[in-house]
Amino acid sequence: MNFAQEATPNPLLPAGYDLIWSVIVTVIIAVFFYRYLLPKLNVILDERTRKIEGGLQFAEMAQAEAAEAKSEKDRELAVARKEAAGIREEAVSDGGQIVADARTRAQTEAARITENAQRQIDAERQAAVVSLRADVGGLAAELASRIVGESLTDDARQSRVIDRFLDELEASVSTPATAGPSSEAEV
Amino acid sequence: MGDFFPAGIFGDVSTGSWFGFDRIMMVRLIVVVLLLLLLWLGTRKATLIPGRGQNIVEMGLDFVRVQIAEQILGKERAKPYIAMLTTIFFAVLAMNLAGVIPFLNIAGTSRVGLPLVLALWVLVTYLAAGVKKHGVGKYLMTQLFPPGVPWPAYVLITPIEALQVFILRPATLTVRLLANMMAGHLMLALTFAATHFLLLEGGGLVKLAAPLTFAGGIFVTLFEVFVAVLQAYIFALLASIYLNFALEEEH
Repeated sequence: MNFAQEATPNPLLPAGYDLIWSVIVTVIIAVFFYRYLLPKLNVILDERTRKIEGGLQFAEMAQAEAAEAKSEKDRELAVARKEAAGIREEAVSDGGQIVADARTRAQTEAARITENAQRQIDAERQAAVVSLRADVGGLAAELASRIVGESLTDDARQSRVIDRFLDELEASVSTPATAGPSSEAEV
Repeated sequence: MGDFFPAGIFGDVSTGSWFGFDRIMMVRLIVVVLLLLLLWLGTRKATLIPGRGQNIVEMGLDFVRVQIAEQILGKERAKPYIAMLTTIFFAVLAMNLAGVIPFLNIAGTSRVGLPLVLALWVLVTYLAAGVKKHGVGKYLMTQLFPPGVPWPAYVLITPIEALQVFILRPATLTVRLLANMMAGHLMLALTFAATHFLLLEGGGLVKLAAPLTFAGGIFVTLFEVFVAVLQAYIFALLASIYLNFALEEEH
């Protein structure tokens, strides 16, 4: 501390040169801030803001794109799934159809075979009936002629005739080849 | 007190002189050079992705813009005044910090000139802002005759408001800063001078008091750093508050 000065000036009263230097200093700093620092940094800040905004926009776009791709994929997946379900359904119905076809075919075949057999049986029976009828007719006619040939008044004779017929019949049955002519010869 | 009025380096340094140069003026110029150099170095290669220096500078500018200007004035209204507030904040901060920088050791704001110039700048700016927004008559009306007051009260209020707007605001800005810086310097000088005196000239046990005063000096130095930042903040904050008063629709 300098006590040598005769009187300390009032610190609240500015000296002229103090003011001048203050103004100079202030102006220098102000010019530096107004003309250099703030414009320069503002440009950078603005650009940074723009960049960040651009980045955010880009990210948003990418996100939207990804979402779109995902929905597209989902859609495709759904379509494929539906298609697969359709194919499966078709296959199932086709299978049912095939089974049903096979069944009807088998049924008709079975029916045909059964019918054939039936027809054959019928034919055989028909043939049997025809031949039987012919035989029975012949036999009946022979028996009747023989009965008519003998005298019908005598019971003994009648029974004798019948017995003889039966015997002959029996014999003709055992030897059908010789029975006919022999019986006919006897008439 | 002599520290605040050092002998002239050249020119006449008496109170009435308009041309003179003393140690404090020199300190101011050195501080200006240092401040501009640091800021220039920090932003010389300013890029989108800030480096370390640029980050620090941007943080400081951001602090003024967001915490002071936009906080008080709002985003839109603050825009025209950000440059002024930033200039004031950094000028005051740098000048204040000179008080604790070795070899400078005195704040550029511990002479009334600089705080006064800055306060007058604030005064002119907020008067201009008010006049520009409301016109001379309406601005003076809203400032001097605040609405919602019964008319006899204007007898008291109008002179108080006039004093407030035209004299007290810049005066308090000036004196608050000046007194803080002067007091800080006195405290620093006192503690270190006491340490020096006790250690070298104190006899016997008195020497033991020297570490105490030295620790006090360290503490006061750190405190001064805090006060330097705080006063810069307050100066810029009050400037924006006064601007806000001037720009307000109605009181």
